[in-house]
Amino acid sequence: MFDFFKFFSKDDNTSKDIARERLKLVLVHDRANISPRFLEMVKGDIIKVISDYMEIDEKGFDIRLSRIEQEDNNYTSALVANIPIKKMKNIGKNKG
Amino acid sequence: MGEVIVITSGKGGVGKTTTTANIGTALALEGKKVVLLDADIGLRNLDVVLGLENRIVYDMVDAIEGVCRLKQALIRDKRFEGLYLMPAAQTRDKNAVTPDQMQKLCEELKDQFDYVLIDCPAGIEQGFKNAIAGADRAVVVTVPEVSAVRDADRIIGLLSANDLHSPQLIINRLRADMVKRGDMMDINDTIDILGIDLLGVVPDDEKIIVSSNRGEPAVTESSSLAGKAYRNIAKRIMGEDVPLLSLNEENTLMDRLRRFFSGKSNSSSI
Repeated sequence: MFDFFKFFSKDDNTSKDIARERLKLVLVHDRANISPRFLEMVKGDIIKVISDYMEIDEKGFDIRLSRIEQEDNNYTSALVANIPIKKMKNIGKNKG
Repeated sequence: MGEVIVITSGKGGVGKTTTTANIGTALALEGKKVVLLDADIGLRNLDVVLGLENRIVYDMVDAIEGVCRLKQALIRDKRFEGLYLMPAAQTRDKNAVTPDQMQKLCEELKDQFDYVLIDCPAGIEQGFKNAIAGADRAVVVTVPEVSAVRDADRIIGLLSANDLHSPQLIINRLRADMVKRGDMMDINDTIDILGIDLLGVVPDDEKIIVSSNRGEPAVTESSSLAGKAYRNIAKRIMGEDVPLLSLNEENTLMDRLRRFFSGKSNSSSI
C-alpha cells in the first residue's frame, strides 16, 4: 500500500528532484558570482525606482538569475524579474 | 611522448586517490607505462592505497629540489609491470613547489611514460594550482550529492580558466537502488547540471574499502563491479569506445535469475 502511494507521488517530491533544482539555482549564482544577498539589494533598488511610476505588489516581486540559451547553443546569464503591478500612478504619464 | 592527466574534484573525500590508483593500475594491466604522481603534499595517501608506503625513500619534492635524481623518487610497483609511483612529501606543505616546477617535472615524466596521472589535492588553493600546471587534460571526479556536484562545477570553471577545457567526468559511488527510488541524482541529472562529457560511472562498492585496507587496487578483482568500471574507464582513456555497462534490460537471463535469487536489484548503468 505504501509503495502504491509512493508511485503516484514520485514525480515531484523525490529528494533527487529537490537536489537537482536546488543545485541548478545555486550554480547559476555561483557561475555569475552573484549572491542571493546581492540580488536582494538589486531588488530593493528596482522597487525604489519603479515605485515612482506604479504601485507594485512587493510580495509577488520575483527576481532571479537564470540561464538562457543563445543561438550558438551557448548559455548566458540573464536577470529575470517578474513584477506584478497593482496600479499605475499618474505621475509622469502626462508629462512632456 | 606521453599524456599528463590530472584527477581532481574540488571537494575532498569523493574518491580522487582511489580513482587515480585504480585507473593507473588498469592502464598498467593494459600494457601501458604509467606513473602516478601524488600532488597532495603534506597529506599523502596514494602510497597507502597502493600498498607501497614501506618502499618510500625519496619523494617528489626531493626530486624537484635536486636532493635525488628523478629516477630515485620513482617507486616501481613489483606486482604490476609498468606501474610507478612518485610519492608526495609528507612533512612539507603545498608551497614547497611552484606551478613552474610541477610543469617541468611533468615534461620530464612525459618523456618516459605513456601516462602521467596526477592525484590532485582537495581545494582550489596552491595545491590545486600546482597539480594542474603540467596537465594536458583533466578528469573531474564527483559523487551524486549536492555538495560534491557544486564543487565540481567550480572546479570545471577554474580548469577552463587555466586552459584545461572540456574535462571529463567520473561519477563515483553511484547507488542504483537509491537512484531507482528517486533518492539519488542519476547519471543524466549530473551530466545535465555540469555540462561536461562523461568518462565513466563507478558504482558504490564495499570492495573498494576492502581493497584499500589491503593496499591492493580493486581493478585486480574480477568480481568487483567498481573494479570493472575502472577497467572500462582506463580503456576509454586509451581511446577505446567502451559502452556503459547496462544493468537493466540488456542483461542475460542468467544474470537476471542470479539477481532475482540474491535479492538485489539494479536499475542503472555503469
